[in-house]
Amino acid sequence: MRPEAVQAMLPFFSERFANPSGSHRASRDAMLAIDDAREIVADCLGVKAGEIIFTGCGTESDNTAILGPTRSAGGTAVCPASEHHAILHPVEHIGGRIIGVDEQCQVRMDELGAALDPAHGDQVRVVSVMAANNEVGTIQPLAAISTLVRRLAPAAVLHTDAVQAAAWLDLAAITPLVDMMSLSGHKFGGPKGVGVLWSRDGQRFEPLLLGGGQERDRRSGTHNVAGIVAFAEALRLTVAERESTNVRVTMLRNRLVDGLLAMSPCVVETVSRDVKLPGSAHVMFEGLENESLLFLLDQEGICASAASACASGAMEPSHVLAAMGVRRELAHGAIRFSLGRTTTDADIDHLLSVMPAILDRLTPTVEAANIAAGTRTSTSTTTRAEKVLS
Amino acid sequence: MKVLLAMSGGVDSSVAGAVLLDEGHEVVGVTMKLWGGESDTGCCSVSDVDDARRVAQQLGIDHLVFNFTEDFNTHVVDPYVQAHTVGVTPNPCIECNRHLKFARLSERATTLGFDAVATGHHTRIGTDAAGVRRIARGADPAKDQSYVVHMLDQRELARTMFPIGGMTKADVRARAAQIGLRTAAKPDSQDVCFIGATTGRQVFLGSRIPFRSAVVRDLDGFEIGSVGAVELVTIGQRRGLDLGGAVGRRYVVDVDPVGGVVTVGNDADLYVGSLQVSNVTWGDAPIEGDVLVQCSAHGDPHAANLDADGLLHWQEPQRRISPGQSVVFYDLTDTFVLGGGIAA
Repeated sequence: MRPEAVQAMLPFFSERFANPSGSHRASRDAMLAIDDAREIVADCLGVKAGEIIFTGCGTESDNTAILGPTRSAGGTAVCPASEHHAILHPVEHIGGRIIGVDEQCQVRMDELGAALDPAHGDQVRVVSVMAANNEVGTIQPLAAISTLVRRLAPAAVLHTDAVQAAAWLDLAAITPLVDMMSLSGHKFGGPKGVGVLWSRDGQRFEPLLLGGGQERDRRSGTHNVAGIVAFAEALRLTVAERESTNVRVTMLRNRLVDGLLAMSPCVVETVSRDVKLPGSAHVMFEGLENESLLFLLDQEGICASAASACASGAMEPSHVLAAMGVRRELAHGAIRFSLGRTTTDADIDHLLSVMPAILDRLTPTVEAANIAAGTRTSTSTTTRAEKVLS
Repeated sequence: MKVLLAMSGGVDSSVAGAVLLDEGHEVVGVTMKLWGGESDTGCCSVSDVDDARRVAQQLGIDHLVFNFTEDFNTHVVDPYVQAHTVGVTPNPCIECNRHLKFARLSERATTLGFDAVATGHHTRIGTDAAGVRRIARGADPAKDQSYVVHMLDQRELARTMFPIGGMTKADVRARAAQIGLRTAAKPDSQDVCFIGATTGRQVFLGSRIPFRSAVVRDLDGFEIGSVGAVELVTIGQRRGLDLGGAVGRRYVVDVDPVGGVVTVGNDADLYVGSLQVSNVTWGDAPIEGDVLVQCSAHGDPHAANLDADGLLHWQEPQRRISPGQSVVFYDLTDTFVLGGGIAA
């Protein structure tokens, strides 16, 4: 977390502890902090303060954006297959339509158009397309998507999951294109456990949580005051520093990916840098297994990730790479290095310095040969023995 | 040594971790996610992974989860299902040991720089009179699992450890309780991990292969009944045959799912003088001659003579073995595993 965001939280665990939903002075003091935070967030998004709804996480915001409008007015939902599960699962849950993406992970506009065709017989109530993908970093062409949705389904709500994009893209340039947007504090130096749903005035949706009527009856539940304050502080600083951070991180990212590409012909850059977020370095190691790579990187103090972990903690095959049509053998070697505001030149140096030994250890001739053979074979035994002896 | 410990979330592998640490090894725990489908039993449910992780935290070791679901389907589940269509009943736990624990996992462990893979099996690795490394029976005769790890060859034996093989189950539980492991009183797993304990084999297979009916004949060829799902009938089975008024106890002595015939006979008809064993693997060099033979996880060993073609001649007639079951050869002192194969 940003130290400033941590500092901003602290008073709300002690002297400013009150529940803002009261009428006494201590409550009013806490509500003041939330009102200030709401204005800061609204300014960052270029929207009205009253349109900002604080939630418990990005997933809650996403679920609300899919389930809320369809529950209040009927109809179905449409999203691409590369969405985060927080969108994909609710869309599947209500029997919505999933559309394809191309090899760069961008929405196939013809499929979007077809999904919006009134000939389906059910009204499309929500279209959700993430601003940028959390795994491979691809930025979606939201302007073109917005134009198409407005033309073919003028009554539909266009939502964007901007959780991954928030640290890198100008959100105020995106809000005019859409009707709803999800954010989560932990992606830009804020705390976990606090999210935002921006919903343009006039959008009607059924809340997921019913109760005390907080957030103008759109999200009941006692406010996470400390989290909300820190969310706003982190977002404010992120927006203020965005341009300079983007320039610096893009250079680091390019150095990292270029270094990896130069290291071995088995390294493949997953999507073009022209359509990617600066902080995303997603590469695939042909013939290697990301579980092995992640373990050896972890031993070197490098925290990377592959696709997403399931409830057991096991790495699941990436649904994003599958949607992009990436071969399974290549997807098995997919690794996501995430860079951020605090990433340094020395970090990149360290990664590039340990990588050759890791790649050497994981030389595909050994493990991949055994996997291909499906069992222990005498040839692989020899290979390993020779490798150990050499 | 640097040891990768396979942790199922049960008490045996938990205590195995404690023993390895006592012995001064550098230990990393790993739980394999093997079955991606639904199950209410077995070793890869989320709660078992939680148990494994909590035990690892308690022991102060790192804990990883490896996703081997594709390999598990390819090498264990799919063959298990397909075998039933041709009247073969494999032991999936043994195939999992053969293809996953002591192949896929040990291969990866070596790649990642580990010296050995350890598991919580109740078995030991010893050295026979000739100085050859062999699987040896565990110290607790009631829990001995040498049968299910019989396929280890010299290469695997050299990089495998069974830290609790010298302990009884009571020792293991006492040790777990003594150090306060959360798994101390956890019941042993008994079932095939990918088959629900409540829904069973019938539901699992029924959703994957079409069941075929078969006629039931006696050894003289007279039709005396029928079964709805020949895929669920196994040799030696007595119950569930619906033979109406048939007199006396009848046992299944042969199953022919392709021809649609189940043959039943008396108890005496179950006994045969020989058994053909295929797909034989050896701990070291192949062996012929007198051996002791075990045909189920906790069955008694019986004396036999093994020829070079894998044909076993029982010293005393023995009950028929279902095709697909593992047949494991022990030395005449009933101490060491020599090798094993599959009943043809």
